[in-house]
Amino acid sequence: MRSFFKHKFFPILRRFAIFLLVVWTVVSLVTLLIELVPGDPAVSVLGEQATPEQFEQFREKHGLDRPPFFFSIPRDAAGDRHFQWHGAKNRYTEYWLALLHGDMGRSFRTDRPVIDLIKERYLATIELALAALMIAVLIAIPLGVVAGKNKGTWIDNVASFVALIGISLPGFVIGPLLVYVFAVKLDWLPPSGRFDWSYLILPAVTLGAALSAILTRMVRSSVIEELGEDYVRTARAKGLSETKVVYKHVLKNGLIPVVTILGLQLGVLLAGAIITEKIFGWPGLGLLLVEDGIGKRDYRVVQGCVLVISITYIVANMLTDMVYRWLDPRIRVS
Amino acid sequence: MNRLTVVGLIIVVILVLVAILAPWIATHDVGATNLSLRYLPPSAQHFFGTDSTGRDIFSRVVFGARISLKVGIIVVAVSAVIGTLLGALAGYYSGWIDRIISGYVFNVFLAFPGLLLAIAMVAFLGAGLNKLILALCIIGWVGYARLIRGQVLKVREYDFVQAARALGASDARILLIHILPNAIQPLIVQASLGMAGAVLSEAALSFLGLGIPPPAPSWGVMIEEARDLSTLQSAPHALIFPGLAIALTVLAFNFIGDGLREYLDPRQRSR
Repeated sequence: MRSFFKHKFFPILRRFAIFLLVVWTVVSLVTLLIELVPGDPAVSVLGEQATPEQFEQFREKHGLDRPPFFFSIPRDAAGDRHFQWHGAKNRYTEYWLALLHGDMGRSFRTDRPVIDLIKERYLATIELALAALMIAVLIAIPLGVVAGKNKGTWIDNVASFVALIGISLPGFVIGPLLVYVFAVKLDWLPPSGRFDWSYLILPAVTLGAALSAILTRMVRSSVIEELGEDYVRTARAKGLSETKVVYKHVLKNGLIPVVTILGLQLGVLLAGAIITEKIFGWPGLGLLLVEDGIGKRDYRVVQGCVLVISITYIVANMLTDMVYRWLDPRIRVS
Repeated sequence: MNRLTVVGLIIVVILVLVAILAPWIATHDVGATNLSLRYLPPSAQHFFGTDSTGRDIFSRVVFGARISLKVGIIVVAVSAVIGTLLGALAGYYSGWIDRIISGYVFNVFLAFPGLLLAIAMVAFLGAGLNKLILALCIIGWVGYARLIRGQVLKVREYDFVQAARALGASDARILLIHILPNAIQPLIVQASLGMAGAVLSEAALSFLGLGIPPPAPSWGVMIEEARDLSTLQSAPHALIFPGLAIALTVLAFNFIGDGLREYLDPRQRSR
């Protein structure tokens, strides 16, 4: 047994177990969240005027007439609570079973399968997140390297100050500001929608701004740390140009911690995408969640979006972890 | 202490004063609409101009400080207390408590984006100040718990703790009197950064229509109301001033947090 824990695949197995645990928790949370809705979801979707038959039909179709979980502790007529067992025919197991067949239920409003709605929107969100990631990296690496190389000078101060502003200005402030400058005043870029590439620029910059600021700081401190290492002295001593030292040697080592941050920030990016998509009317998961889901009280859509965004995030984190292990063999050993 | 920390502290003191003295500082009624005064540029009458319904933006930004600070303080205080308690228990007792808290709760809570969880909760509970605070506390406490657990694990091995144990002090006494005071320093950094995070989250959720419902003068609500194209066209100041207020507040708490971190961790000072 001891040797099992020492085996080189153990950390991977452990991560996979945690992954399953997290997915299980997220799915459970998502299925039980609907119990938080004050009052009856059927009433809040159909409105007070609907006939009792309509309510009945709606509840049956969406499984709301079944008990929510394996058991409940309802109050009886006298006001006392009693434990009640409902068995396996409940909403929780139904949601799970359907999910394993790739079915996330039907939208309360449009009656379309939630999975189809999500499929239509998923690519748009990924496109936005990747574009934001690219912009962030393209800004952060040069800025961070220049700041780190010139540590303590005015160049460093300016770069660090720009980064700090980027961290402090949230997307919902930067976004409308960019719309004001580039769409309203200059009329260079469209304010909202998703048609050709020009529609992608403003949302991607908005979403990438905070990340690029965080990355700039990371790259900077990483470069400063690496510049003090012995191998840099060796590289300089053998007559390499400063550019080669920085871009070939220092950057290669300095990027390792940056990769982790990138992966961890992907979740922030996905959550931030919800806000960015709302600002720019970008038809991704976030807009689906906020407008079609929350705005129209379509709880099935909310469940589906939360689930898909969470799982995307968890998978991205796992992948980051693997890339990190591959980049830095020291972690594999410890 | 570095200069930026001092700047941060000054901004925070001003903010707190503004929030406390809001009724005396505000020049107009925050809710009073007057369509004949809409989209006015900043002037001596209206320092920050007026918005699309003719409300005075300066007064609204001033009262907005109350909402932001209130949410921030409650969220940070509640999450810090819960996080410290559970983190200290997990770190001190190890065993099954630790296995549940650090093995399960940390992994799960940190495995998906906090803002998404808050959005989901508020989506089902409905919008409102109390629900917003509840949601932010539920996602907030984990960071403190993880921090304190790590600290307690370190401190409990120190000689003075062993000495107290040898003298027969009870677990509660060791934990509360000997360990926690020595483990709690980094919490201040976390709390300061947590204030920035809570202010941002409140504004973000209110912006999405999931936090404090309009017409309350939350900075997030003000930005949401100012961002349609016709308002941007005729009154960009309706967006700029609440945006500046958020940015300054967040910047100030970040300055303080960074400064304190450097102060507490001398290794970083030279950088």
